[in-house]
Formats: sequence, C-alpha cells, structure tokens
Amino acid sequence: MLDLLLDPSFAASIPRFVTPILLAALGGALCERAGVFNIALEGFLLTGAFAAVLGAYYSGTPYLGAAAAMAAGMAMGLVFAEFNLRRDGDAIVVSIAINLLAAGLTTFLLRAIFNVTGAFSDPAIVGFGAIRLPLIEDIPVLGPMLSGQSILFYAALASVPVLHVFLARHRLGLRIRAAGENAEALRAGGVSPRRVQLLALVGCGALCGLGGAQLSIANVNLFVENMSAGRGWIAVVAVLLTRGRPWPLFCIALLFGAVDSLSFRVQGMGLAQQFTDMMPYLATLTVLIVLSWWRARRARGDVS
Amino acid sequence: MAAHGTMRAVLPWVITLLWIAAIILALLLFVGAPLGEALSGFWQGAFGGRRHAYLMATLSRTALITGMAISVMLSFRAGLFNIGGEGQLVAGGLAAALTAILLPGPPLLVLVAAILAAMLAGALWALLAGVLQLYMGVPLLVGSLLLNYPVRYLASYAVAHPFRDVPSGMVQSHLVPQETWLAYFPGTRLDIGILFTLAATAFALVYSYWTVHGYHTRLNGLSADFARTVGLPVRRLTLQTLAISGAIAGLVGAIAVFGIHHRYIDGMLVQPLYAWTGIIAVLLVGMVPWAVPLSGFFFAAVQTGAAGMERAAGVPKEIALVIQAVIILFVASRVSGALSSKEGRGDGHA
Repeated sequence: MLDLLLDPSFAASIPRFVTPILLAALGGALCERAGVFNIALEGFLLTGAFAAVLGAYYSGTPYLGAAAAMAAGMAMGLVFAEFNLRRDGDAIVVSIAINLLAAGLTTFLLRAIFNVTGAFSDPAIVGFGAIRLPLIEDIPVLGPMLSGQSILFYAALASVPVLHVFLARHRLGLRIRAAGENAEALRAGGVSPRRVQLLALVGCGALCGLGGAQLSIANVNLFVENMSAGRGWIAVVAVLLTRGRPWPLFCIALLFGAVDSLSFRVQGMGLAQQFTDMMPYLATLTVLIVLSWWRARRARGDVS
Repeated sequence: MAAHGTMRAVLPWVITLLWIAAIILALLLFVGAPLGEALSGFWQGAFGGRRHAYLMATLSRTALITGMAISVMLSFRAGLFNIGGEGQLVAGGLAAALTAILLPGPPLLVLVAAILAAMLAGALWALLAGVLQLYMGVPLLVGSLLLNYPVRYLASYAVAHPFRDVPSGMVQSHLVPQETWLAYFPGTRLDIGILFTLAATAFALVYSYWTVHGYHTRLNGLSADFARTVGLPVRRLTLQTLAISGAIAGLVGAIAVFGIHHRYIDGMLVQPLYAWTGIIAVLLVGMVPWAVPLSGFFFAAVQTGAAGMERAAGVPKEIALVIQAVIILFVASRVSGALSSKEGRGDGHA
C-alpha cells in the first residue's frame, strides 16, 4: 500500500482528478458566498466538458476548446440567473432542471452534431499537453505531482489564492459577500444584490466550464455521455462543508481528488471495478458525516 | 372586468407555452427534421401503434414515473428533500430480483415476499439518509443524493459477478421464475404493474388528505418550527415519512422487475432517469397529490413520444430530456412557493 502511495505515477495522477472538482467547487464557492444556492455544478461541469470537445474539434486548438467550455458554462450561469433571480424560481428546482437540461442537451447535441451515441472521440480533438517544470520535476513525490500537468491544473491552483484575495479585498468580492450575508446593506449602498449574484453565477459557470474542459480535453481527448459522473455533486459537498472559503475548499478538493485517483489505481489490484468506482462517493460521504457530526456536536457544546 | 382579470391570469401561461414551443421548434429545426412527420411521429409514439401498442408503453412508463413521483411527493410535502429516490428504487429492484431468484416456494408467495423485500430495501435505504440527517447532521439533500451512488455500483456488482446470468453475455441477473411475472391486461401488452402504482397513489391521497399522520407531516413541511413548537415528534415523523417514501420507491423497483424486465439488468432503473422524472413530475404540479398521476402520464408521453419522433423523423430521442428540463425551468418560476430553499438547505443546525 505504501509503495502505491509513493509511486510517482500515482502522485502524477492526483491533479487530474483534483482539477475538475476544485474548479467546480471554487465556482460553487462564488455562488455560496453570494447567497445563491447553486447545486447545479454537475450540470455546469457536464456542459463544459461537451463544449470543450466541440471547441477543440472545430478549432483544432485546446485553448479555444477551453474558451468554448467557459462560454458554455457562463451561458448556463445566465440560464440559472434568469430563472432563479429574475423569475424567482426556487433554487433547488432550477438546479435540478439545469442538471437535467445539461444531461439532455449534451446527449442530444452529441447525436445531432456528431451522429454518435455514448461517446465521441476523434483525432481532430486536440487536447492540452503536459507542461514540464524543469527544476520542480526533480523533487521527490511532489515533483511528479506539480510538474507535467495540464495548464488547467495550474490555473486551478492559481485560482485558490486569487479567489481568496478577491473575496477578501476586491470591491466586487466584498459585494459578493455582502449579497450573501447582508443584502439589505448592499441595497442601501445603491448596489443591486441580484446584479452581484448574476455576476457570481456567470463566474461560477466559467470556472465549472474549465473544470469540464479538464475532464474532456486534458484527462482524455473525448466526450462520454454523463462524463461528469457525480463530480459536480462532490464539489457541492465540498462547498457546503467549507462554506465556500477557498483554502479549506482546496484541502477538501485535494482529499477527494486523491481518493478518486486512488480508486483508479487500485482497479488493477483485483478489486472489482464497481467497488473502486464506489470509493469517491463513500469517501465523500465519510468526510461529510465526520465533519457534520463534529460541527453539530460543537454547535451543541456552544449552546450549553 | 372579469374578462380582463382572466386575461391577466392566463397571459403569462400563454407566453410560457409559446417560449417552450419556440425552444422545441428551434431544436427540431437544428436537426433539420421534417416538422409534420416529427409531430405525427410524436403523437404516434405516445398514443398510437398497432392495437395501441405505444399507448401501452406510455402507460407502462407512467406506472414507474408516477410511482417515483408519489414516493418523493410524500417526502417533499413533509419538507424533506429526499432526492435519493434513485438509490431507493435500485435497492428495491435488486432486492426484488434476488429474492425471486433465490427463494424457493410457491410463485405467488415468492412474488409477495419479493415485493415486501423490495419495499423493505427501499425503506431502509431512505432511512439511512434520515438517520444521517437526524443523528449526524448531514443535510438530507446531499446525504440522500450521495447514497444513490454506492447502491448503484453495488447492484451493478451483484449482477456483474455473483448473480450474473453468464450465458446471456449481458450484465444482468438470471430471469425471475416465469410464474412470478405480472400478468398482462387481457388482450394487451400492458402488465398490471400500473395497478400497484394506482394503489400507491390512492394510499398517498388518503394519507395526505385524511390521516392525522399525513396532516402532521404536512405541518412539518410547512413549518418545521411550528411543528416542533406544538410538540409534534418531528424526528419520528421524519423517519416514518422517509420509510414510506423509500418503500414506495422500492415497490416501483419491484414493478419494473416483475412487470417489464423480468430480471435485474445493469442500469435499467438508472439510465431512464425514472427517479428524476418523478421529481420533476411532482414539481410540475406543485406537489398537489391528485394531479401527480396526470403529470406522470404527461412526462411518460413526452418520453415515448420522443422515441416516436426519432423513428419517424430522425430526431434524437434525447430531446425528451431537454423538453422536460425546459418545462420545469419555466414552470418553476410560475409556481411560486412550491418549495422553499431555506427549509431545504437544512445545514443540520436547525
């Protein structure tokens, strides 16, 4: 087991699993802090994954694929805003609808555009390559993890401190927090909370879109129906547990990503695939149970 | 004056319908489908066919969707955001198939035992989510959802390895004994599974409108604080409601096994999104019990109609999912107060 954990190829695979969850969770954090209950991260991710393949296939460059993924994610954010903010639909209902919309639209377009069912792969889909970092790659254990990853991983890593500073210091970041904590004060200051929430949703869509791009044009070069496979829900749990604070979020995403990657690794060790597939969800549940229980106990302790 | 008032009430709905129609039209034009053939294909697929074969398929699907809708409706009305219907459905389906395959005995007895096992499995899986919420502080919304995945893979494992029908070459269990299969209505290919759904619906109606227990859970749904303040046993009500919800979802799994597939096939309850369709069927009618079967029939018709549209005009049948999602998006904003997010968040601190 220890051999496995110290295996450089295991370390190297962790970021592949961390990136989509982290990006989606950072997007979810924007919404959480802005007071928008967005549990449609799964749908946003899936949309991004599909749009990334679409963009990369037609443009021949993964950068336009990622741009398409961001645009599609932002469009989903706008749909969410239209129905939740402007038309005042319930956030949970809108989220459920958007998750279904993403599942339906991606499979529908998969058949309508590429004329295939299940999966679409083509040599014309150019994915992101690995970026080698000369000196860093020689560090034991950490080296293979930090070097040789897709640019999206580095973007995700950079997003953590950026989002932290943005929320703590930037004017819009402050407004986002105000929208979540005290919308009245914001309104009194002459700023519409809904406008701020709309921007948070669009930013969330962009981040989730990039997360989807990592799934489809960095980890592999293809799109598979429903390829987000619950990772958006894991991101929702991460947001819920950390109340949308970037650094704790990073730790949780790292943990979930490592388990995800571990489950992928132990597949070759004789354990049935169904059990290894189950591991990320069981790990998420376990963390959720332990942290919730600990918090509930502490909350009770404070009262007495 | 009256006419003016009616106009004002109706106009938003007309605009909503026009929006939905425009989006569907745009999708059809996008795939370049001949519109006339697409529409007649839809109609045929949902209600037509030789000796109404497709209508029977719609009704068969209605049975499952309505069953799942009734299951979640009981939770939702009690203010419980149980979106783990899929896991409860799968637990029920697997329990039903395995019981029927493994248990020797007279067919009728085996069938009854299998249905009870399915209901028990569904109830236990739902209770697990409830226990996690009540005693561990895990919000039901995410707890129930995450529990979908382990049971999905467990069922997949069961029919891929220990209970697999290997010679069939597919990832599926052996057939359940033929004597336990649900009968067809005379002269049709519609199994009597829909009668079970009707029974569950009747139960839900009586329960919701005429029993004290149902009234108490409804109070809990409208205001958990009020329910607690007047001394209702909120924890017990929560667990009982979840158990009933889960049992009905399990029953639906049994209907799918004995009425339709006659075995457990990997993904047969997950892929068609029965649980999610059930949820949106409830949301469409704002959780009004008597309207739920109509809504279930409507969404079943959208799905079988889309399949008909694919046969007749080459429109990918996945358009059904898009149509359903769009309808719910527009309706969610029209039916106000159907659900309240604040209650649903349930951070476990309440």
